[in-house]
Amino acid sequence: MSWLDLFRSTRKPPASAGLARERLQIVLAHERIGRTREDFLPKLQAELVAVVARYVAIDPGRVVVNVDRGGDMSTLAIEIELPGAGGPARR
Amino acid sequence: MAEVIVVTSGKGGVGKTTTSAAFATGLAQRNKKTVVIDFDVGLRNLDLIMGVERRVVFDIVNVIQGEARLNQALIRDKRVDTLSILPASQTRDKDALTKEGVQQIIEELSKEFDYILCDSPAGIEKGALLALYFADQAIVVTNPEVSSVRDSDRILGVLQSKSKRAEDKREKVKEHLLVTRYDPGRVERGEMLKLDDIQEILAIPLLGVIPESESVLRASNTGMPVILDPESTAGQAYKDTVGRFLGENLPHRFLDPAKKGGLFKRLFGGRTA
Ligand SMILES: Nc1ncnc2c1ncn2[C@@H]1O[C@H](COP(=O)(O)OP(=O)(O)OP(=O)(O)O)[C@@H](O)[C@H]1O
Ligand SMILES: [Mg+2]
Repeated sequence: MSWLDLFRSTRKPPASAGLARERLQIVLAHERIGRTREDFLPKLQAELVAVVARYVAIDPGRVVVNVDRGGDMSTLAIEIELPGAGGPARR
Repeated sequence: MAEVIVVTSGKGGVGKTTTSAAFATGLAQRNKKTVVIDFDVGLRNLDLIMGVERRVVFDIVNVIQGEARLNQALIRDKRVDTLSILPASQTRDKDALTKEGVQQIIEELSKEFDYILCDSPAGIEKGALLALYFADQAIVVTNPEVSSVRDSDRILGVLQSKSKRAEDKREKVKEHLLVTRYDPGRVERGEMLKLDDIQEILAIPLLGVIPESESVLRASNTGMPVILDPESTAGQAYKDTVGRFLGENLPHRFLDPAKKGGLFKRLFGGRTA
């Protein structure tokens, strides 16, 4: 590093390369797993909806799947909207 | 009915995805309901540039193949609530896209959104052709560089012959020139094609000029479209571009070498914010 770099580095926004590295590590770790086996989310969702539908009349369009991929832990949230008392339940 | 806009270039790496992310975010910031679709199946990147990569559940191929519903695959942006992203598939190839599938998706999105932006892959093969097929308007991203200008000319030809509008013999796709990575200093030194030359050669209306800027790398590092960075010259230029697209009459800024910093900055190597 030359002394000129000292001038250049003043008033610079915080370095972002570290964040880039972190984001890449997480997304690539998940993608590499995905390469060796099939994407299970579509099937998982279909099966779950089928199971729930055995007990309650649900609208398959009202199923929300959310994931948040993390480094140590990821979360998978499946939200299935159940019909309310006034909803399209059986008469 | 939504307006379908393709962001295209022919040549790779000229700034289509950077532009798609910034432009979509800019339209959404102006309260237009906007969805941006990544057509680069197999090489998805828009999710990273938009900073939603951790939240991708389903993608455009899942929807086309009936494995997920469209609203399940759409990712709502957490910063601008009128903005949604439809990711590309990372694991399949471009053959998984079909014209009928894409048409269905665009028709369904048309009911809900004002603007549908299509981030095209490079080239003039299937993915790029599908990205532009349903377009009403095209943003042709061009760098001040011979091969980029030539490829832009090529893609203009494709728009005029292979788009649905061309096939249906309707009014042609509205074309906009967006010059990106423009470095006024190098233009002044005669090292880079001038804006006037590019305009003269391509002869389509100029929508904007985005300067070369270090903030673009910072934006992609952090997953924040550069238009959300108020300090960035590129971000400001994208904001103007969106304004112009929406009919405002705005002058082109950042066409001259930055005088800011003066002699000191020139001596010690000016950074392009
Ligand atoms: N205005 C700019 N200033 C500096 N760098 C830029 C600018 N615009 C784009 N870049 C950089 O150029 C590279 C390519 O950009 P981008 O990924 O948006 O291009 P692309 O056309 O989508 O590429 P591909 O054809 O591979 O899809 C990236 O590294 C990006 O950071
Ligand atoms: Mg791209």
